[in-house]
Amino acid sequence: MKFSEQWLREWVNPALTTEELVHQITMAGLEVDGVEPAAASLSQVVVGEILETDAHPNADKLKVCRVDSGTETHQVVCGAPNARPGLKVPFAMVGAKLDDFKIKKAKLRGVESFGMLCSERELGLSDQHEGLMELAETAPVGTDINTYLGLDDSIVEVDLTPNRSDCLGIIGLARETGLMNNLDVCMPVIAPIEPVIDDTISVELSAGTACPRFVGRVIKNVDLSAPSPLWLVEKLRRSGIRSIDPVVDVTNYVMLELNQPMHAYDLNALKGTIRVRGSRGGESLGLLNGQTVELLGETLLITDDSGPIGMAGVMGGSGTAVKPETRNIFLEAAFFAPVAIAGRARAYAMHTDAGHRFERGVDFMGQSRAMERATALLLSISGGEPGPLVDTVKEDDLPVLPKVTLRAARIERVLGMAISEADVENILKRLDFEFAVDPAESEKVWQVSSPSHRFDINIEADLIEEISRIIGYDNLPVTRPTAELMMLESTEQAVSVKSLKAQLANRGYSEAITYSFVDDQKQRLLTPQVAPVALKNPLSSEMNVMRTTLCGGLLNALVHNQNRQQQDVRLFETGLVFEQNSSGSLNFDNIEQKNRLALVLSGRRLPEGWANAQASADFFDLKGDLEFLLGAQGLSFEACDLPGMQVGQCATVLMGVEVLGYLGLVNRGVAQAFDLRNPVLIAEIDLAMAMRRSVPRVVEVSKFPEVRRDLAMLVDRAVSASEIQNVIYAHAGSALLHLKLFDVYTGKGVETIQKSIGIGLTFQHPSRTLTDDEISTAMAEVVAALETKLKAQLRN
Amino acid sequence: MSELETLKAQALAAVSAASQLSDIETLRVRYLGKKGEITALLKGLGQVSQEDRPKMGALINAVKAEVDDAIVERRQVLEVEAEDQSAAANAIDVTLPGRGTGRGALHPVTLVLDRIEAFFKSVGFDTVYGPEIEDDYHNFEALNLPEHHPARAMHDTFYITDSVLLRTHTSPVQVRTMESREPPFRIICPGKTYRVDPPDPSHLPMFHQVEGLMVDETCSFADLKGIITEFLRVFFERDDLKVRFRPSYFPFTEPSAEVDVQCVHCLGKGHCRVCSSTGWLEVMGSGMVHPRVLEMSGIDSERFLGFAFGMGPERLAMLRYGVSDMRHFVDNDLRFLEQFR
Repeated sequence: MKFSEQWLREWVNPALTTEELVHQITMAGLEVDGVEPAAASLSQVVVGEILETDAHPNADKLKVCRVDSGTETHQVVCGAPNARPGLKVPFAMVGAKLDDFKIKKAKLRGVESFGMLCSERELGLSDQHEGLMELAETAPVGTDINTYLGLDDSIVEVDLTPNRSDCLGIIGLARETGLMNNLDVCMPVIAPIEPVIDDTISVELSAGTACPRFVGRVIKNVDLSAPSPLWLVEKLRRSGIRSIDPVVDVTNYVMLELNQPMHAYDLNALKGTIRVRGSRGGESLGLLNGQTVELLGETLLITDDSGPIGMAGVMGGSGTAVKPETRNIFLEAAFFAPVAIAGRARAYAMHTDAGHRFERGVDFMGQSRAMERATALLLSISGGEPGPLVDTVKEDDLPVLPKVTLRAARIERVLGMAISEADVENILKRLDFEFAVDPAESEKVWQVSSPSHRFDINIEADLIEEISRIIGYDNLPVTRPTAELMMLESTEQAVSVKSLKAQLANRGYSEAITYSFVDDQKQRLLTPQVAPVALKNPLSSEMNVMRTTLCGGLLNALVHNQNRQQQDVRLFETGLVFEQNSSGSLNFDNIEQKNRLALVLSGRRLPEGWANAQASADFFDLKGDLEFLLGAQGLSFEACDLPGMQVGQCATVLMGVEVLGYLGLVNRGVAQAFDLRNPVLIAEIDLAMAMRRSVPRVVEVSKFPEVRRDLAMLVDRAVSASEIQNVIYAHAGSALLHLKLFDVYTGKGVETIQKSIGIGLTFQHPSRTLTDDEISTAMAEVVAALETKLKAQLRN
Repeated sequence: MSELETLKAQALAAVSAASQLSDIETLRVRYLGKKGEITALLKGLGQVSQEDRPKMGALINAVKAEVDDAIVERRQVLEVEAEDQSAAANAIDVTLPGRGTGRGALHPVTLVLDRIEAFFKSVGFDTVYGPEIEDDYHNFEALNLPEHHPARAMHDTFYITDSVLLRTHTSPVQVRTMESREPPFRIICPGKTYRVDPPDPSHLPMFHQVEGLMVDETCSFADLKGIITEFLRVFFERDDLKVRFRPSYFPFTEPSAEVDVQCVHCLGKGHCRVCSSTGWLEVMGSGMVHPRVLEMSGIDSERFLGFAFGMGPERLAMLRYGVSDMRHFVDNDLRFLEQFR
């Protein structure tokens, strides 16, 4: 909310500079978002009067004016349509400065001009540039414009937290400022207005606690033809509200000043009794903003005998709106409970100043005061005959502010510092809180009641917060927490995510963070089998469902880099993927959220360099990276066919019998949809499984020599390496220590349906030296098994 | 006798003057070979009198040994020289780049999260994670944010159903912890959070948060000030960093405080785009846990007190590393990421 510093200082005027005041307000918990001057920096701009206007000899749209500046008359050329004799306007004389713009003598189309007549925009007051700013007829000619308009003012914008709705009016800001500076607040005198006529409108409250109070008053024979006076227009402007007509301006003024939203009805449009009630099915309402809304349930309404005439606390209806020709009005100042208003405006996609205040809460005792203030102001501007103020109230439905117990011991426990009883009582007094010491307690305990404008005080913590705020957070001590030592658990059966990430970075992969919401259509190419969880209100169609795989995001990141001349890309990401794990309607319990790790690889195997081979990375690079990362965890890989992956270059990663994830080359369809260049490999694995480790159990290292025998054979191309290895392990006997597949060859010298395989077998016995015969026997069995089971042909 | 002395002097001079390995071999043949000059003297011992022969033999053998040693020594020297010369001729260019793989980088947000976690782990805070898709109860209700609460407007929420949403903060993890653990405890909850904000230089619809919570019989606002002040000084590695606490409002804490640090860019000197010349940067929210929040999770708010705080790793990363635009964190541009190697 924006407010004028001058206005605040009319209520309470501490000996502080603007800067000090702003800092104090901020440190009191009302965060100041910005401070700006109320107008441009003006010098030598005065109230001028146009004495006469003549046509410009060389230009149709220009006029030559004679302007009185109080001491002399000046010839000024002006193009404003509203320049006319008798008009009083801001006049910038030769030598005047409007911010950095200096006014000089000028010649316009051959006629000399001494100075400039100003619009509001030229004074930095508003964007209004339709014509000259029209000053009141009573404006004293020659007066400095800063003095006349009171422009030596700052507009302060505070960003109020929802609990401080009491400061949505000058009254609250003044109380706060008075409190901080230990000054009394000088409130304007608001005296009851004596009724001149007897007219009233009967009001019935039938919404219980939603509206326990409705103050109304009839005023007849107002004259809305004269505009609001300058002081009123200016105060509204500095609070960010435009002047409309005296009735609207006065109700807005009272809202800004006393924090009580009001509404004015055209009395002649009202039919019968006003009732406040909840909406019923099928009702609609034409609003002041021209919109007609179908009323939802639970909307609090102001109605008359004809039906709804206003959405309570949010916006009035168009049918009973005050018009320029309206003579008789009915003013409303009501209390609507926050729960009855909260969220309603938003439900209709509206935001109003009144709704903003009511949903946060207003003083439930402030309605009559606001009514008297508004009546007095309106009578002074537009005349009229006031009727009696009618306060319709259901006492039992008014909010009840609890007596709150405040314990000195608790204050000390919460704040970490004892506050003296005198200080506590002094603060409570400054806050206008009433209190009594509870004599029944052995410790110091107060029973505290807050005034009606501090309806946010409900529990002891609320009071402790007030006390700490007034003392100032900076004045509270700074200590280190003390607590019993707690031993954190630590496992060796899992490797940390941090360590996995570090290993990947060391292996050339950079960490990416991509959005958890992705494009449904593109994602379907990768995981058509998984039903994604959709957002009700996505930012865009490219972010409309939750990811079911990390790979989509990584492919987008890859493209981002490829489009910026980065072709060698290794990226990884860890994070949650989401899927609905059972059919039926979506709820929290049937959404599975699983942690995954994904890698993407494209470009060269090794960085470009004189010593590095220039090959592109392929399946086995990524597989090698996975093997490196997952360590000796009993991994196996099985060829598989997955959506989005190229046939024949995709594998499932298994840990024992559990599926850990997959890796492979993305197929052409995915490459096209994502705009990929170059072959791209991806892998995605379950993060929790990838973290698993077993605690090592050492096998004694044999002291006896290792013996190695190599085999070279021809097999069908379809025979897999793991088949060959399985056969060897099954037939080589227990002395086989390990085997290394050191060569795979196809091409010249080998038939096209075959491949040549070279394998080295290493034998070792734990407790003795193996004999040549033992090894030869084992090798013979291996060869025989390979020949019969895999039709292998041994090469010499 | 002088003949032997002369021969020895001649031989030793020739050996020490030899500059090629082939010269050494020639000298060896010349003096010590089968037909060598010293060998010839030994062969000539037969003509020497029986009486003088042993003495003479000993003298000649001594000369022979001395010359042989000189030859061996000289050969070693020349061999080393020859090796050095050939090695020098084959010298490599040591300025050529090394062979092998490149190195990746961890994401700056991860670097910040790791620093935060390390600090709090050192004082006994356990790291706890929770779901990113949350229910309304844990994200709002249990944190004293009932439906229609005006503070909900500060949380522009992505919804999946009317009661299932993307968490707007990591506070629901605190709620889940309070529901499942017996106090006292100290935890931090890092993770991704979501709000309906289109990406711009200072907003992302997905960002990270770390929230912390300590619940114990003694833990006060003064302790909260202490731990946060110390954390920020450690994080920014500035012992004299000014930290200030400002009253604020969060529905789940009371008293509540915003935490500002002295601008780490201009150090409060002003004319600064980072702090808009205010000299202060808002970096955290904090407060004493609202008694109602403790009670809703089944904790006796008379016996136990709690403090909580929350911070944005992206914001801290921007300040720490001089990142000017939040969108860099999700662009995943290698030229950005690799600066964190």
